[in-house]
Amino acid sequence: MLNKIYDWVDDRLDITPLWRDIADHEVPEHVNPAHHFSAFVYCFGGLTFFITVIQILSGMFLTMYYVPDIKNAWESVFYLQNEVAFGQIVRGMHHWGASLVIVMMFLHTLRVFFQGAYKKPRELNWVVGVLIFFVMLGLGFTGYLLPWDMKALFATKVGLQIAQSVPFMGTAIKTLLAGDPTIVGAQTLTRFFAIHVFFLPGALLGLMAAHFLMIRKQGISGPL
Amino acid sequence: MSKHNVSRRQFLSYTLTGVGGFMAAGMLMPMVRFAVDPVLKAGAGSDYIATKQKVSEITAEPKRVDFTFEQVDAWYKSEVTGSAWVYKDDNGKIVALSPVCKHLGCTVDWNTDKSNPNQFFCPCHYGRYTKDGMNVEGTPPIAPLDMYDFKEKDGFLHLGPIKPHKGA
Repeated sequence: MLNKIYDWVDDRLDITPLWRDIADHEVPEHVNPAHHFSAFVYCFGGLTFFITVIQILSGMFLTMYYVPDIKNAWESVFYLQNEVAFGQIVRGMHHWGASLVIVMMFLHTLRVFFQGAYKKPRELNWVVGVLIFFVMLGLGFTGYLLPWDMKALFATKVGLQIAQSVPFMGTAIKTLLAGDPTIVGAQTLTRFFAIHVFFLPGALLGLMAAHFLMIRKQGISGPL
Repeated sequence: MSKHNVSRRQFLSYTLTGVGGFMAAGMLMPMVRFAVDPVLKAGAGSDYIATKQKVSEITAEPKRVDFTFEQVDAWYKSEVTGSAWVYKDDNGKIVALSPVCKHLGCTVDWNTDKSNPNQFFCPCHYGRYTKDGMNVEGTPPIAPLDMYDFKEKDGFLHLGPIKPHKGA
């Protein structure tokens, strides 16, 4: 049945080469854990991507209940966590996944660093990877405020003070982030929400596309 | 016994699809259940709401009776005001009509159209209803006004769920 549907579509649109091009590439022996168990270190990049997919999915579902408003944010989080079926699980996935994605990304970075896989001709991919790292940290920082509890508020106050300590333009950066030079409030929450849900994920998807395209173009780095 | 030859490729594709499907389901099941929760939530049984209208003071003239109740909308609780047109019919039985026009949902008023006295009138599209709530032929509404279930408690009128008109 599925095969017939696939054949029907393939007959008309010739889709086989499209996915073959993505799927057909050999896994070199030195990155295959079946040959050398130590090759598991090559899994961290893929795990980072896997958790990122979970973050995007669980985040999409959370916005069905969440409101980025100072009066309702905490109430809506409390409601989705305690009143909605599997609310604890879905928010838990997003909460723990946020930490895990940083851990996996860090391990991936360590592997690339200590194997020297960033060297010519892969310098650009290292640069893009570091940008992804910053975007992920930004996602963590902006997402932390959204439950609008005390921990979120004071963590954000500290974060904004760090931004303010930049010489000359610090106050401008802080105002740009928080929406107000002194208040951490209504405008801060909506801004952080917009950054967390639209701007940074958009940047992340673009950077990840570049990251993966470069791997396919250059191939995985050779054995040590 | 017939001899099934499962190739190595087939075996791998079956096990990988199975394990992958199991993992994907474990991920997606909580999220889908989370999303469809409003559909599966048991609705709270509707209660009778007390009004300030004394049953003994209800006359044959329709009177607008307002009532308020606390509405719980997920994390948002608010005081909501509703109203009913209440009167006693020719047999002395109480009638409580919903003021929501059956055309497009505006609020009907009693006896405000000077050319058609003693009728319910909807100002939006000139819909009219007779005193018993039946829609007047030739005006926009296609059904009679809904009715409240009601009961008397301690001499006051209590309004319950809204039901379709029981007919003339």
